[in-house]
This record gives sequence, structure tokens and C-alpha cells, in this order.
Amino acid sequence: MQTANVNRLTPYLFLAPAAIVMAVALLYPIGYMIYASFLNWNPSQRIGEAEFVGLQNYVNLLGDAAFRESFFVTIKFAAVVVTLEMFLGVGLALLLDRNIRGMSVLRTLFILPMMIAPIVVGLMWRYMYHPSVGIFNRTLKSLGFEPIPWLSDGSWAFASVVIADVWQWTPFIFILSLAALQSLPQSAMEASRIDGATGWQQIIYIKLPLMMPVLVVTLLLRLIDAFKVLEVILVLTNGGPGLSTEILSLRISRTASEFRELGEAAAMSNYLLILLIILTFAMFAYNKAVEARTARLRKAAEEDL
Amino acid sequence: MADKVYDKQNPAFYALLVALIVMAIGPIVMMLATSLKLNVDIMSDSSSLLFMPTIRNYETALCDFLWYEAAHIDYCDKTFGRALVNSLIIALVSTVLTLVIGCMAAYALVRFRFMGRDTVSLSTLAMRMVPPAVLLVPVFGIWTFQFQIDGTRAGIILVYVAMNLPFVIWILQSFIVQVPIQLEEAARMDGAGPFGVFFLVVLPLIKPGLAAAAIFTFRVAWNEFLLANALADRNSRTVPVTIVNSITEFDIDWGVIMATGMLLAIPPIIFTFVASRQIITGMTAGAVKG
Repeated sequence: MQTANVNRLTPYLFLAPAAIVMAVALLYPIGYMIYASFLNWNPSQRIGEAEFVGLQNYVNLLGDAAFRESFFVTIKFAAVVVTLEMFLGVGLALLLDRNIRGMSVLRTLFILPMMIAPIVVGLMWRYMYHPSVGIFNRTLKSLGFEPIPWLSDGSWAFASVVIADVWQWTPFIFILSLAALQSLPQSAMEASRIDGATGWQQIIYIKLPLMMPVLVVTLLLRLIDAFKVLEVILVLTNGGPGLSTEILSLRISRTASEFRELGEAAAMSNYLLILLIILTFAMFAYNKAVEARTARLRKAAEEDL
Repeated sequence: MADKVYDKQNPAFYALLVALIVMAIGPIVMMLATSLKLNVDIMSDSSSLLFMPTIRNYETALCDFLWYEAAHIDYCDKTFGRALVNSLIIALVSTVLTLVIGCMAAYALVRFRFMGRDTVSLSTLAMRMVPPAVLLVPVFGIWTFQFQIDGTRAGIILVYVAMNLPFVIWILQSFIVQVPIQLEEAARMDGAGPFGVFFLVVLPLIKPGLAAAAIFTFRVAWNEFLLANALADRNSRTVPVTIVNSITEFDIDWGVIMATGMLLAIPPIIFTFVASRQIITGMTAGAVKG
């Protein structure tokens, strides 16, 4: 009797610690944040003392030009970075998907940028972008060109931040697409080769469509992460000059710590979260639609046989 | 493996490979080189490749661990040494806790199946969506006013464990699914209880998964800045926080700061070289297998 009881309780015993930790330190804070976004709250107050202001924070933010600017910068950053990285990463994977010696060494070297702390990545790029001692301006000067204001001019600063992110995260897409390429059915490749497809035709009509499910998931993962980038930009430009590189994450942390407006920061976090949820659902819906279509096509093909 | 035939490639292809490798590790090598330079060499206009390597910057950063007197240090700033200890403790403890808790939960989800795998992967994705910046305000508020564990290592560890759990559960699940149930049944026949089965049969079989999960959690805990910055006080600061604090100063001491950056980068670099296979497994498991 006793053992039966223990057996029935086992799954709950195994799950309990994880459930408790996640409820206390993840779900509760998120609920708390949603509540806090309706308050006018500064860090010296307890949450109970904060004044309830309803949707005031949300409305204020919509009217705040700086917030709109940084919302726009965030979207621009994510779009530019993810597009560049997808093209470079998938392109490199298609190019390097060959039977060459030392492929594993290459992959190891490529994941280094992702493993290193974003703070450190920011640090080394900041050094390289340094106006006088950085390697870029040194090289430009020794070749007789004008030095570039990498981090002190608005549009250059944006480009610099994008370059650093592309350096850090292209390998992620490269590795995932390479894994996808190497798990493609060899029979399809051979069949197309026998039918006389050229390399480009193989890529466009066979490899890319077969990789599509993985590419969509990769894109989604990378897109989500692009909205989380904070440390690299913090170290490189701290959002400046002006607001040219101030992405939302950075603005949230500055609103909370410098302007001491916790309620507004929470409302901002909610906007960011809503944006991410919409994106994720859109991708999921797209994925499901594609899956349904391929399933239908496969079924039709089987019926034809 | 030894008699594998490799295709012959065009020389331009190898040139491209070399260029890619230089691009991938160039910045890291440059950081290493800078950390070994004196400030005079960093600021001088001469070629950046010719210099006398020195470990002075490392001595300055790690001054309170030195067992000898370094002549060039007039004043020992203990901030970094303390931060290094904090970082190590926080990263190691939170990794161990996450693995133990995550492992148990993953096992329960797979074997007793009262929630679909889809639910779990969906909630993992949902949790992955939450940027640390979003947790900043609530975690600061709750930790300070309700739990009163702000400024302690335990407080930081708790956030990291919670942040990493969804991913760890997800990845371990995909490994536990592959453990044949017959093995567990055999062990049960021999009289092992549920905990015995778990610790003696399942755990040893999912070591590669554990390795991947351990590296990922350690990396997050070791590298994280934002929440540590909000929660830590003077005594519980981690290395990323001290680095950011020292670059906001007006006069940046590039040599020392690159040395601290290098020290922060070394553990992940070592993991990458030792366990790149597990890292790639961890990275691709989610996307490729679905």
C-alpha cells in the first residue's frame, strides 16, 4: 500500500522542485511586471505604496517620441541583423557543405564568438572601433584614408553595432543550416544529379526547400534573440550617440535604473513582450501552414501512385 | 575515420576558409594580444604585432591572489578578484542546481507523461522569448521588497536557475526519450525504487545531454550582466558587472580591462575546445529535430 502511494506521488516529487522554482522566480515576476505596469512606482517605494494609474504608462509611452524612436531602432536592428545573418550563414553553409579535412575544427572555431560573454564581445569591438588605437582606423590611416567615426556618429554607430552582432551570431545560423544540410536525404541529391541538375539548380530547387523547416525555426530563434541583445550595445555605445542605437532592452534598463520609473519600464517590457509574442505566433502559424501544405502534397502524391 | 576520402578543393576555396577563420577568431586574438601589452605599446603608433608580451595586466587584475609582490602594483584593487570568486560560485552552484532539478523534471515529464511533449517545447519557447530586460523590473522589486535577498549570491543564483530551467528540461527530455524503457523495467525487477532507477540507470545513460545542458547553463550564468547588475551589491558583484563599471570610467585602462575580459572569456573558450560536439548537439537539437 505504502509503495503504491510512493509510486503515485513520484512524478509530482520529481517535478515539484522545478515547478516551484519556475513559479517563484519566473512566472510570479512576469505576473508582477504586468501588475507593476499599471503603477506609478519608483524604486524607493514598496509596490503597495505605489499609486495605481491604470493605462497611464502605456498611453504616456505611445506619446513619448524617445520610446517610439527606440521601438523603431529595435525593429530596424533585428530586421537588419537577422537578414544579414541568414544570408551569410546559409550561404556559408551551402558553400562549406563539402567533404573537407578539419571541418570539425572549423566548426569549433566558429562557435567561439557565441560562447564568449556578450560583455567581452562588446569590449573587444569597442577596442577595435577605438578612434585612435583601434585596428580599423589605424589601417585606414596607414592606407591614407580618413578615419571613420565608428561609434561617435549616429549612422556609423548603428552599422558598427550591426557588424559586431553579425560577427557574433552568423555562426549560429551557419551551424544550424549545416546540420540541416548534412541530414538531407542523399537519394534526392543523387536523383537530381542523375537528372542533370547544375549546382545552382540543386541549391534552389532541392536543398533550400528541404531545409526550409529548419531555416524557419532558426530564423525564429535568432529573431527572438536579436530582441534580447543588450550587453554588446551597452558596452559599445550605451545607446548613443543620441538615440541611434538605443534598443528597447537598453531603454528598459535605463528607465528603471537612471530615470527610476519602474512602472513605465514595466509597461515598456510589456510592449516588447507583446511584440515578441506576435512574432512567434506569426512564425508558428506560418510553420503550421507550410507543414499542412506539404502533408497535403505528399498525400496527393501517394494517391496518384 | 582514418581512411576517409576527402574531396580535392580549389585553392580559392582554401583562401576563403583561411579568411573566415581569421575573421572568426581575429578579434579574440587581438584581445589576447592587447591584454599582454603595456599601455605604452597599446597607445604607440607603431605596428601592433611587435611588442614584448607581459603579464603585468593580469597581475594587476588578480593582485589579491598573487603569492609574490609584483613591483609595479602600488595599490591593489580587490574588486576584480572578489568578482571572480563570486562569478565562480554563482555559475557553479546555479549550474549544479539547474541540472539536478531540470533532470528530475525532464524525467518525470517523459516517463510519467502527464503533459505532452508539445506543451513542454511550446512553453520552453515561450520562456526563451522573455528577454532578461523584461525580468529586470519585477525581479528587482520582488527580490528587494518581498524576499529580501537582493545583494546576495543566493538571490542571483535563484534567477539564473529559473531562467535556465526551461531550456535544460527541454534538452534533457530529448535525451531521456532515447533511454530504452526495458532497461528501467529490468532495474525495477531487481528491486530498485523510482529514485534508484533514476540515479543508477537513467543518469549515467544521458551523460552527453547533461554535458550539453551543463555548458549552456554555465555559460548563461557566467556571462549574464543585466540581472546581476540589478541584484548585486558591492560584495556580490560578478565579473561582467565589474567590467561594465570600469569602462564607464573616463580613462579606460585598456591593458587591464582586456586582461579581465580575457579571464572572463577563458572558461567558455576551454569548454568550446573540450566539448564542441556537445555544444553543437545542444544547439541543433532544438531546431533540427523539432
